[in-house]
Amino acid sequence: MYEGAVQNLIDELGRLPGVGPKSAQRIAFHLLSAETADVKRLVGALVEVKERVRFCSVCGNVAEESECRICRDPRRDTSVICVVEESKDVVAIERTREFRGRYHVLGGAISPIEGVGPDDLRIKELMTRLADGQVTELILATDPNLEGEATATYLARLLKPLGLRVTRLASGLPVGGDLEYADEVTLGRAFEGRRSLDF
Amino acid sequence: MYVSHLQLADYRSYEAANLELEPGISTFVGPNGQGKTNLVEAIGYVATHGSHRVANDAPLVRRGAERAIVRAAVVRGDRRAVIELEINPGKANRARLNRSAGTRPRDVLGILRTVLFAPEDLSLVKGDPGERRRFLDELLVARAPRYAGVRSDYERVLKQRNALLKSASARYFKQRAEPDLTTLEVWDQHLAEAGAELLGARLVLAAELQPLVEKAYGELTSSAGSPALHYRSSAVEEGDELPVDRPQLVDVLRAALAEARPQELRRGVSLVGPHRDDLQLRLGDLPAKGYASQGESWSFALALRLAGFELLRADGDDPVLILDDVFAELDSERRRKLAEHVRTAEQVLVSAAVPGDVPPELMGARYRVREGTVERER
Repeated sequence: MYEGAVQNLIDELGRLPGVGPKSAQRIAFHLLSAETADVKRLVGALVEVKERVRFCSVCGNVAEESECRICRDPRRDTSVICVVEESKDVVAIERTREFRGRYHVLGGAISPIEGVGPDDLRIKELMTRLADGQVTELILATDPNLEGEATATYLARLLKPLGLRVTRLASGLPVGGDLEYADEVTLGRAFEGRRSLDF
Repeated sequence: MYVSHLQLADYRSYEAANLELEPGISTFVGPNGQGKTNLVEAIGYVATHGSHRVANDAPLVRRGAERAIVRAAVVRGDRRAVIELEINPGKANRARLNRSAGTRPRDVLGILRTVLFAPEDLSLVKGDPGERRRFLDELLVARAPRYAGVRSDYERVLKQRNALLKSASARYFKQRAEPDLTTLEVWDQHLAEAGAELLGARLVLAAELQPLVEKAYGELTSSAGSPALHYRSSAVEEGDELPVDRPQLVDVLRAALAEARPQELRRGVSLVGPHRDDLQLRLGDLPAKGYASQGESWSFALALRLAGFELLRADGDDPVLILDDVFAELDSERRRKLAEHVRTAEQVLVSAAVPGDVPPELMGARYRVREGTVERER
């Protein structure tokens, strides 16, 4: 145990995801020996993120105004919505530059163990967005794990009466990889999702 | 296949042990409590990533140590693989294959295959359905390691669904709140899909075991009464046939879940699925459990293990046979017949407190185990 302020800092850092007690101690002593200006800049960034960043009133993505950059962009296709679990998934999909529609961030996935049900996700907001009939396709891009699949199944069932085109991202082999290194589950999925080659 | 080398660090009573083994028969003798079973248990752990004696891994680590390490060299034909498992109770185990790190434990599952006979086997006949489900599932995994994943997927779905049922039933009793059926249906579907894969595999396995169990039982005992295996699914009524193909099994499970729903909501647990099934054992017209004599129960238990051995052997490679302290439990007739049956295996490892219990034909290389040290007798 260290005295007062140092221990407080270690405790606070230790609450961050992915930071254990040893790393917390290391970061704390790094900050202690850093230039005051550098530390002030970090403090400023922390405060700013809490004060300025909010969540887009339309899609739930992180934003600095009431609507995020993507929802404000008139060039984006308004007929397609891609549903993801977290804001960081938006960033990942944006990097592909393949998708020109808009997003909807659920804020997690259904997981009864963690007490997360459909009401805890931004599903009502999604239904409101679909009400005006502008959207014709919904892409379900939740994680390919049990909770993500369950969430996708739930949404697909819920959306069925609306008569939209609902699609799920394909899962299968990584590009540039070797078939022999794929695990059985992934390879099995790739078989299920195989498509015919038409020329 | 055979284990040519076993090395232990902080495993049970062993601070360190280093042991060369040969194909054929090896016998570990020594008084009780000296560490014989620990040796064969460690070999079984390399094969199944679990102990035949305890459900969790904490007792496997020597008192005062943080982790245990088991390293085994396995020879298959002309290939040799060194498997190392670091057992970290409460955390994920670590594995190395041929000394290279970055191997997942599941990647080394299935390299070594064992069939282990132990005094605990009597509970296959006399114990709860869970013992028999474990017997089936372990055999599935030994034949196709993929089933370790199928099983853990199923367990994960089950946990999620149980959590949902529990909170739904609590809300219903407290606030008379209607359950959210759409969410429940989603989990029904996932439970049915994961469950159908496990159930289908168990059904096929039980059918494959049937003739092998009959044969082994007939060889072990001269008494009448033919053994029968009957897979009793929680999804259908007693006597109803189950379909064999997976999509149909999914439908059967979904229908059963729909029917059980009111009861599940009341009790807050999943009542239908492979986790509630049983492999019923019968001798003639009677259930073995409760009706079979001690001797018949032992014959049945041994016949199940031997059938497992034959099945693995038929896949192309002899599994390592481990007989942990079983001879003390058997009469001389069964001892002799069991010995006759198993001695053709490529490697047989026997442990016994009293050397006289071991039939003479199973007296191979002899190792003396005393206070956590192992010595080869010349």
